[in-house]
Amino acid sequence: MEAWRFFKKTVNMVFIGTKAYYLWCAFLLTVIGVAVIFYVQQLNAGLIVTQMRDQVSWGLYIGNFTYLVGVAAAAVLLVIPAYIYHFDPIKEIVVLGELLAASAIIMALMFVFVDLGRPDRFWHLIPFIGSLSFPKSLLAWDVIVLNGYLVLNTIVPIYILVKIYFGAEPNKKFVIPLVLLSIPWAVGIHTVTAFLYNGLAARPFWNASILAPRFLASAFCSGPAMAIIIFQILRKTAGMKIKNEALFKISELIAYSMFINLFLLGAELFKEYYTGTIHLAPLEYLYQGLHGHHSLVPWIWSALFMNVTAFVIFLIPKTRENLLTLNIGSLFIIVGVWIEKGLGLIVPGFIPDPLGEIYEYMPNITEISISLGIWAFGLLIFTLFMRIAIPIQRGDFIHSRFMKPTSRPQYERIEP
Amino acid sequence: MENRHSRRDFIKLMSMGALAGLSLGSLSCTKAGREEFLQKHFHEMTETEKKQVIRRLEEKYLKKYGKQVQISTQPAEAGTLWGYGLDLSRCIGCRRCVYACVKENNQSRIHPQLQWIRVIRLKKGSLINLENAEHYYNPETVPEPGFMYMPVQCQQCENPPCVRVCPVNATWKDPDGIVVVDYNWCIGCRYCMAACPYKGRVFNWAEPNLPAGELNTEVHYLGNRPRMKNVVEKCTFCIQRVRQGRYPACVEVCPTGTRKFGNLLDPNSEIRYLIENKRVFRLKEDFNTDPKFYYFFSA
Repeated sequence: MEAWRFFKKTVNMVFIGTKAYYLWCAFLLTVIGVAVIFYVQQLNAGLIVTQMRDQVSWGLYIGNFTYLVGVAAAAVLLVIPAYIYHFDPIKEIVVLGELLAASAIIMALMFVFVDLGRPDRFWHLIPFIGSLSFPKSLLAWDVIVLNGYLVLNTIVPIYILVKIYFGAEPNKKFVIPLVLLSIPWAVGIHTVTAFLYNGLAARPFWNASILAPRFLASAFCSGPAMAIIIFQILRKTAGMKIKNEALFKISELIAYSMFINLFLLGAELFKEYYTGTIHLAPLEYLYQGLHGHHSLVPWIWSALFMNVTAFVIFLIPKTRENLLTLNIGSLFIIVGVWIEKGLGLIVPGFIPDPLGEIYEYMPNITEISISLGIWAFGLLIFTLFMRIAIPIQRGDFIHSRFMKPTSRPQYERIEP
Repeated sequence: MENRHSRRDFIKLMSMGALAGLSLGSLSCTKAGREEFLQKHFHEMTETEKKQVIRRLEEKYLKKYGKQVQISTQPAEAGTLWGYGLDLSRCIGCRRCVYACVKENNQSRIHPQLQWIRVIRLKKGSLINLENAEHYYNPETVPEPGFMYMPVQCQQCENPPCVRVCPVNATWKDPDGIVVVDYNWCIGCRYCMAACPYKGRVFNWAEPNLPAGELNTEVHYLGNRPRMKNVVEKCTFCIQRVRQGRYPACVEVCPTGTRKFGNLLDPNSEIRYLIENKRVFRLKEDFNTDPKFYYFFSA
């Protein structure tokens, strides 16, 4: 009976909301719908409808994948202080942080899926059923750690939410080990993803040992920056209780991460430019242009500008603790790191190609639409997660035996 | 009102999703489609299963090209390890090898145009740094003064990075040293293409465009049989020929005798003679890929 009630209420909460909620969902569904049309086209015609070619064989999809793995990994930044240092203002939002991580992982996996030429043979990747080449292939490692991380980041928040719903304290003996496991696992998913590129001697741009540390540093900027924005939106729209203090704490952590990120970038630039070997070519292509090809140059300089500006904003307590500048900084980081780790990381790996050819890649409308669709899908999932998680956390959506007869449901109801 | 709109959107989305699912599933609607979907890895099939697959593929090719295709699964012969020699002082950059290869190996002709051999033009005086290589040189006549030409194809590495990275073992090195692809097992992730230091692999970005009249019907399962869209392919030293004691098509067609081929395990082979008596080198030896493709200068 209680399960039926839970289900009914959940459906109610998901399908009934304010005008803004409907508009938001309709908007996301439209973007998804457009993406589905483009994806069906890609399925029928083949990947030739993208701008990827033999010279640059990965593009926008894999760039987004890399970025989103970073966002997912950054959930640990919210988990560590909450569970280890018992920093209370953050503890409230850990569940939401982990659900954000889960949504990001789902998006990352979808980006790999749309990049596959033969999605009909997806099952070849399933251990024991297909023939997953573990431990030889780093892509096989990634399949395992990403799915494991997804399971981990859905089990913990769901367990906590169910416990709260039943008015019980989560069993620490169950939750704490899982949370402790999720911390190295988060570092693991991003390290494995970095090694995916790092292990290719054929691509000097990726074959630098600084790649994995840079991945982690930039992830610990973009993930929390996204959390700062999302939590403020939820505070406004869903009445989620988040103190400014928690946001400021996160922004301080971003400042440290961005310092390390910029430092590592500097170390890489020094090594390549000072020695000036033939391995400089991809970096030269990215920052200066090579043999008259420079389509990524404006992008990477914008990214550098945004990252440095955000670093300064987050470094100074006055600007960090001002919501306006805090949000500008967060947006700068979200976009800046996306450029740096998306197109700015994947494309120069292929330019020039191993035989010295330069093919300039820029995603086309198909790739952009499908990518937007996946982002919209991720946001939709996250929205629905929040639709249920927040009322439970606020104590508005609980087991019937705890409902006071006079209490009124707090979630938004349909306006007449 | 809004409620109904969003619900309509939802239904629209669901039906489109179902459509996408259907178009994916339509593959498995026919019996052949279902068999193709469930087909096992080449190494895991029994001999009878292989025969069934061959029969199904031959029927499929007959329907598509109107020609009876002979698909061989001839395994590597014991005591063979194929090696290739390329005389850089003889190559004139005419690209006859490129087109002979395309014809022999049933590559897609246009949209996309796939070639397994790439001849690059280098200014004399530079060999290791390929950054100034010209891939699309197109003069009236070759050779051009001041330039040299270097054909590059799969180097059949003994330690192939492409094989190491494949997440589903769809590509491997056969006992005679040839790196092959099971086109029916490849998932099209293109990780191998990123890993190859020689640009040895190309991708069928669309359904291959192979005119029925130009189909070569003597094919090998792991080599030149017609491919499908969104799988990777590469040079196999003409596996369908060399396992029957013939030369690869590129060796046969070369008008200047630039290309040499033989069994590295046979002390009397031409390739062994070249390694003994010429000063050979291999491309990007510093990557420890250990290619079985030897370049040399006879003059």
